[in-house]
Amino acid sequence: MSKMSKTLFQKVWDAHAIRDLPSGQTQLLIGTHLIHEVTSPQAFAMIRELKLRVPYPHRTFATVDHIVPTDQRSEPFADPLADAMIKDLRRNCEQFGIRYFDIASGKQGIVHVVGPEQGITQPGTTIACGDSHTSTHGAFGAIAFGIGTSQVRDVLATQTMAIGKLKVRRINVDGELRPGVYAKDVILHLIRILGVNGGNGYAYEYGGEVFDRFTMEERMTVCNMSIEGGARVGYVNPDAATYAYLKGRPYSPKGAEWDSAVARWASFASDANAQYDDLVTFDADEIEPTVTWGINPGQAVFISENLPDPNDAPLDERASLIEAYEHMKLEPGHPIRGTPIQVAFLGSCTNGRLSDFQQVARFIRGRHVAPNVKAIAVPGSQVVGAKCKELGIDRIFSEAGFEWRDAGCSMCLAMNPDKLVGDQLCASSSNRNFKGRQGSPTGRTILMSPLMVAAAAISGQVTDARELFGI
Amino acid sequence: MALKQIKDVRGACVVIAGDDIDTDRIIPARYMKCITFDGLGDYLFYDVRFNEKGLPTSHPLNDALYKDATILIGGRNFGCGSSREHAPQAVFRYGFRAIIAESFAEIFFGNATTLGIPCVTATRSNLNSVRERVAAHPKQEMRIDLVLQTATFGDEVFPVSLRASARDALINGRWDAIGELLEAGDLVARKASTLPYFQAQSVVV
Repeated sequence: MSKMSKTLFQKVWDAHAIRDLPSGQTQLLIGTHLIHEVTSPQAFAMIRELKLRVPYPHRTFATVDHIVPTDQRSEPFADPLADAMIKDLRRNCEQFGIRYFDIASGKQGIVHVVGPEQGITQPGTTIACGDSHTSTHGAFGAIAFGIGTSQVRDVLATQTMAIGKLKVRRINVDGELRPGVYAKDVILHLIRILGVNGGNGYAYEYGGEVFDRFTMEERMTVCNMSIEGGARVGYVNPDAATYAYLKGRPYSPKGAEWDSAVARWASFASDANAQYDDLVTFDADEIEPTVTWGINPGQAVFISENLPDPNDAPLDERASLIEAYEHMKLEPGHPIRGTPIQVAFLGSCTNGRLSDFQQVARFIRGRHVAPNVKAIAVPGSQVVGAKCKELGIDRIFSEAGFEWRDAGCSMCLAMNPDKLVGDQLCASSSNRNFKGRQGSPTGRTILMSPLMVAAAAISGQVTDARELFGI
Repeated sequence: MALKQIKDVRGACVVIAGDDIDTDRIIPARYMKCITFDGLGDYLFYDVRFNEKGLPTSHPLNDALYKDATILIGGRNFGCGSSREHAPQAVFRYGFRAIIAESFAEIFFGNATTLGIPCVTATRSNLNSVRERVAAHPKQEMRIDLVLQTATFGDEVFPVSLRASARDALINGRWDAIGELLEAGDLVARKASTLPYFQAQSVVV
């Protein structure tokens, strides 16, 4: 392999590797550290207990997202545990001099929405956060991954962590997506085919014509769910779309520094002749709107398909399918479309960005959420929420019968008051359909694209959005 | 920091059936509303251990036969999902000292190793065989030898494996890296000085 044939992963790794550790892992510099209220309190407690310092506080950025209510946000919060968590984060950031996007800042939101929109997320950087969806930031050509709380401590105290190198799988999606097929469908399809553990030990490099044409927000949707396919890291090489998105953002380089930053960023892109550990190619034309039916994101079907028969699965996988059917109360062989829903959730770090709400708003104008369906729209950040208000999008949602909320993770994982009740079935634009994920142990989740969520909300059942909206 | 050298783990076993056991299953998100890890063991597998009325289910962790188990036997892709360290913390605080499974999710594996919980893998057929034997002999102890990379259950010995870096870290007592990481302050400063974005000070917005 010639010196010039490196992947972005390798180049970023080399630029941040401090040294080899005796275990064989690498001590890696984490240039950008993002924290939130759920996985950082114990890390700060350990810092205090071990009497450690935070030597580079300007490279950690904080916000509050998981536990914040999306309706009544005055403090103290009704939930005393949630109230204790926001106050603990505030205190920790103050004590250690960490920039914190609090609710009063107008910039609070889901950490994976805030980082990019503030321009903190940049190409050629390493980004760690105590949250598995940190892979989102890979959309910018960063090596970004989730870490545990002990590693949050490590990054706070040393700005480094111990980590083993990943292999790189290049995933090409070539051709053109059909109308009504979106980034969410692409990643759900990839996970369905490659498996929920197919990416274990890999970083996924996404490319091909579809990714070349994707907007940054579409790239973020795909990279976000890399971890649902087992890949801790997912990224797209930086290009003109990346630089256009970043230009003028609060933390983006300015003036003369901008040009040198762009040149540097471009140099991190994978070389044309880079060698990959694996290569997979998909044909965009084969992808249809995809929805999950089971209890992991790989248990998915095209909207036109009937549900799979466990007897067709390998013998040792049947138990998992049967467990999924029992939880979901669905029947093998039946179509997924027509399945009644009770709740629709539009939001999350996967699909809670401006373009998600803009796209749905175009189609729901003049329509209304079905009776008996509770539909909530939760912007991924206060900035997204404000932009939606400015464009009148919030009103379109409200008039269509959605509850328009304030920013947070909300019903993606239901650590705040937004929860399913009993065995309610939720059409959700989020990223996980695990048992109990949306706050009720018997609650049920069907993952889908934002427009499919809107179609389900309006028709009261899982629906092909292309037919309902005439796409 | 002197850490215990973990060269082997002995203990009774309990089988958690199924593949893709995710972190929400291991510790439901609502129990992450806390600012310490204390007490998390009580909520391990909570939503499958207790029904909606809070009554115990037939989950193996509720079975008195397995109450002394310290080795958890899982399936494929154990610990998939979130990066929450709360999951291995709950496993550890409940009393488990090792997990043996067909495979582990990447982040869970790293988090567990950092807590000194060996996560070793075995083949599906060996795991199926040991599951049957555990059901027949629930009090029998297993011995997982990290040096030899074997597991012994009664007269059955089968190979287990562990990523080389994790094995090295556990058997040499350096599974929590903080001590080593702290030694390299000068190298970190030097590397950071080569990265323009690292130099950027927080901007006032």
